[in-house]
Amino acid sequence: MNTAANITTQSADGAAGSELQKSEGVWAAAWRRFNSDKVGLGSAIVVIAFLVLIVLAAFGLVAKNWQAEIGVPNAPPSFMGPAAKQATGAIDAPQGPNVDLSAVDPLAPRYAEWEERAKQFQTTEVPKAETLPLGGDRLGRDVLAKAIKGTEISVFVGLAAAIAATLIGTMLGAFGGFFGGKISDFLEWVYNVFESIPNILLIFAFAAVVGRGVGSVVIILALTGWTGMYRQVRAEFIKHRSREYVRSAEAIGASSFSRMFKHILPNVSHVVLVRMSLLTVGFIKAEVILSYLGLGVRVDQVSWGTMLAEAQSELILGHWWQLAAATLFMAVFVTAFSLMADALRDALDPKLRGLE
Amino acid sequence: MTQLLSIQDLRVAFRMGKGVRAEAVKGVSFDIDANQTVALVGESGSGKSVTAMSVLNLLPDNAERTGRILWKGQDLLGFSLRDLQAMRGKEIACVFQDPMSSLNPVLDVGSQLCEPLMTHMGLGKTAAMKRAEELLNEVGIPEPARRLKAYPHEMSGGQQQRVMIAMALACEPKLLIADEPTTALDVTIQRQILELLGKLKRTHQMSVLFISHDLGLVGEIADKVVVMRHGQIREHGPVKQIFESPQDAYTKALLACRPSLEGNPARLMVIDDHIAGRQAQQHAKAKDPNAPVVLEVRGLAKSFWLKQGLFGKREFKAVQNVNFQLRKGHTLGVVGESGSGKTTMGLTLLRLHEPTSGEVLFDGQNLLKLSDKERQVMRRRIQVVFQNPYASLNPRFTIGQTLVEPMAIHGIGRDLAEREQRARTLLEKVGLDGRAFGKYPHEFSGGQRQRVAIARCLTLNPEVLVLDEAVSALDVSVQAQVLNLLKDLQDEFGLSYVFISHDLAVVRFISDEVLVMKDGQVVEQASAEEILAAPKQDYTKRLLAAIPRGYQAQA
Repeated sequence: MNTAANITTQSADGAAGSELQKSEGVWAAAWRRFNSDKVGLGSAIVVIAFLVLIVLAAFGLVAKNWQAEIGVPNAPPSFMGPAAKQATGAIDAPQGPNVDLSAVDPLAPRYAEWEERAKQFQTTEVPKAETLPLGGDRLGRDVLAKAIKGTEISVFVGLAAAIAATLIGTMLGAFGGFFGGKISDFLEWVYNVFESIPNILLIFAFAAVVGRGVGSVVIILALTGWTGMYRQVRAEFIKHRSREYVRSAEAIGASSFSRMFKHILPNVSHVVLVRMSLLTVGFIKAEVILSYLGLGVRVDQVSWGTMLAEAQSELILGHWWQLAAATLFMAVFVTAFSLMADALRDALDPKLRGLE
Repeated sequence: MTQLLSIQDLRVAFRMGKGVRAEAVKGVSFDIDANQTVALVGESGSGKSVTAMSVLNLLPDNAERTGRILWKGQDLLGFSLRDLQAMRGKEIACVFQDPMSSLNPVLDVGSQLCEPLMTHMGLGKTAAMKRAEELLNEVGIPEPARRLKAYPHEMSGGQQQRVMIAMALACEPKLLIADEPTTALDVTIQRQILELLGKLKRTHQMSVLFISHDLGLVGEIADKVVVMRHGQIREHGPVKQIFESPQDAYTKALLACRPSLEGNPARLMVIDDHIAGRQAQQHAKAKDPNAPVVLEVRGLAKSFWLKQGLFGKREFKAVQNVNFQLRKGHTLGVVGESGSGKTTMGLTLLRLHEPTSGEVLFDGQNLLKLSDKERQVMRRRIQVVFQNPYASLNPRFTIGQTLVEPMAIHGIGRDLAEREQRARTLLEKVGLDGRAFGKYPHEFSGGQRQRVAIARCLTLNPEVLVLDEAVSALDVSVQAQVLNLLKDLQDEFGLSYVFISHDLAVVRFISDEVLVMKDGQVVEQASAEEILAAPKQDYTKRLLAAIPRGYQAQA
C-alpha cells in the first residue's frame, strides 16, 4: 500500500499519457464487499458497541461502583416488581402478660446510657432498592453493572489470549510449513505433545504454575490454544510455498523471510483472521469455565465466568437473573463476533473474487 | 441428413447481482446434423463453452437462457430438470477439459463406468461390468479387465481422458459434447485422442460438438466450423470453406496466428494486424553465429529420492547428462512431453532445484559452486517466467509493487521514484500502459499477466531468461502476441532464452537450437531447421507428426 500512496505524490513524471489509474486496494475491496453484507455489518456494529462499552468501563465511566451493595439481597429485576415479603418471624408472638426482666438482665441499668451515647452519632439508613434494572446478586450488587464490568474482563481475556495464540501459532506454523524437514519435524513433535494431553488437564497444569489473575488466564489460554492455528497455518504455508508466485519471488532473489511474511502471509491472512476470531469466541468461553472452576480471575474482579459460578447457588433459590444477564451478554457478543468473522472471511478471501 | 440439434438465436445472460446482467452469448444460431462433427472455435471469453453447456443446462443457477434449442424438434429450454437429467448421458454426453478433476479420485474406474450403465440402461451389476470392460477396450485401454479395478491416479492424463470418453459413450449417446478435451494434454496424446474421437464417431454414428480455441486442431476433425468472438458468431461454414477461403477478418487472423512448421515470418500475425490489414514482416535479422557464449551446461543431472519401504530410498533420475551452449541473443528450445524432465532442467539452471551433478557455467563462473552471496548477484542475471500466469503473480501485490520489489532487493535505482519510473517504462515496453501500475493481477487477462511477469524479469536486466511453458496456457491468438513480444525484446536487449515447451511449432518459431528430451535424457539436439527437416530419432518424428496441421484437402 505504501507504494500506491507514493505514486500519487510523484505522478507528474509525464510518462507518455500514462496517467495513473489507481485500483482499489485489497483492503478497500474487502471493505466494499464487507459493506454490502448486511448481516456482517449489523454484527460489526454490535461488536463495536460492546467495545465502546468496554472502553467506558475501563475508564470508570460506567459500572464504576459495581461492588456497591445498592439493592436488597437478591433484588429481582425491575420489571418483576419487588419480591413478596416473606414471613420472617418463625414463631408466633407469645400471648401471656409482659414480664419485667430487669431483675435478671445484668445489662438493664446501662440501656439508658447507651441510648444517650448513640444520640451523639448520626445514622443514616441507606435505602436499599427493592428492585434493580436486571436484578441484584446475593449481596445486593447490581447485576447490570456486574455484567458490564464482566464484559470488560471477559472480552479482554478472549481477545488478548487469541492474539497471543495467533502470534505463536502463526510463527510456528510459518516456519514449520515453509522450511519443512527437521524444523517441521521438531515443531510437529511439540504440537503432538501439546495435543496428546487433554485440554482441560493442560489448562490445570499451567494454572497451577502461573497462579491466578487476568494476565495468568491470558497466558494459560494462549499456551494451550495455539495448536489449531499452528496446524492450519502450516498447511497453508506448505500449499503456498511451492506456488509459482513464491517460486518467482525466489527467482528474483527474495529472502526466505520476505517470501514467508511479505508474499505468503498476506495471501493466507484470511485463514489466520477467521481462526483468530474463532479462538476469541472459544477463549471467552474458556475463561468462563476457568473462573467457574475457581482458576480464573481474582475474587475482587468480576467476569462472566464468576457471575455464572455465583449463579449456580442462586438458581436453587430461584434467583435466575444473574445467570440470564451473563448468558445474554455472552450470547449476544459471541454471536455477533462470529457473524462478523464470517463476513470478514468472505470479504478477505482472494479466491472468492470474481464471484461477485 | 437429418437435423439433430438446432440452436436458434440463443442468448445467455448471467445475473450478477444488483440488477446487473452480463450477456455471454448474444444471439447464436447453428445446426448439428446426425453423424457430423461441428467445431466451436474462439478465444477464451468468446462464449463457446457457455453455448455448449446451455444445451443441457449445465450452467450455474444465475444463467438465463432465451431463444430455442431444438433437439429432434423438441425445445430443450422448456424441459424440466427431471427430463433433462434423463437426457444427460443418455442422449447427449459431455467430456470436459481436465480429466484429472472430472474423475472421482476415491472410486475405481470400473464403478464410475458402471454408474451410468446402471442408472440409464437399467443393467445389472455383472452386465454393467461386462459392458464397462468392452467400453474400455473400445477406447483403446490395454488390459481393460485389469484396469477396471484401477483408480484414476494410477492412470496417465491421456488414459483418464479415454476413461472419460468411455463414460460418455456408455449409453450410446447421439451427440457428444467435447469441451476442450485435449487442451490439458501433450501433443502426442492429443493426437491419439483425436484419432479415437474420429474412430468412435464413425463406428457409433454419432455427432460431436467439439469446442476448442485452436483452429489448427479443429481443421483435422471437424466437418463444419463455427467461429465465435465476444458471444457472437463471426463466421460459420464447412471446414473446407473456412480454411481455404475464410471471409471474416477474425477467422483469417486466427488461421494466421498459429506458428507453422514450414517457415514462419519474423513476427506472427496477430488479430489486430489482420483487422487493420497490416502485413507480416517477412525478414528476420540474421543472428550472429559467433556471439559469445553466455551459458554453458555440462553433464547436468538431477535426481529425486523417493522413499521406499521403511528406510529404503530409490533414486529417480529426473534429468540426466544435459549438455548445451547458449550464445548471446540466441534461443534454445527444449521440447518434450510432460514428465520428460524439461521443467526440472530449467529450474535446476536457476538453482530453484539443487542439481545432483554437473556444471552450469555462466560467463565462465560455475553457478553451482557459488556462495549464497555471489549467487544473489547471479540470480539477477538469469530469470524465469512460469507457465501459469494466474499463479505466478502475487494476488496481493499491485503490478507496481510486483515490479518494484526485485529492484529494491537488488538495489537497482537510487530510490523508489526512480524504480517506479523504470517500472513504468518497462510496462510500456511489454505493451501495457502506465495505467496498469496501480492495478491488481486479477484485473488482467492471462496474456497481460504474462506480459507483467516478463516485465518483472526485465527489471533486473537479465542476460538469460528461462521461459517455462510461458505461452502454453494462452490462447493461440494471445500466444502469438506474446511470442512477438519475446522476439522484439530479444532483438532489443540481446537476451538469450531457454524456451521450454511441449509444442514443437512454437519452438520452431522462436528457437535457434532445439533439445528434444525424453525420460530425463536428451534424445536429439540440433538446429531448429535440422530437427524439422530431418529428424533422426523416432521420438522426434512422433512429436512432429502429432502437431495439428489444420485442414488438409483430401487428395
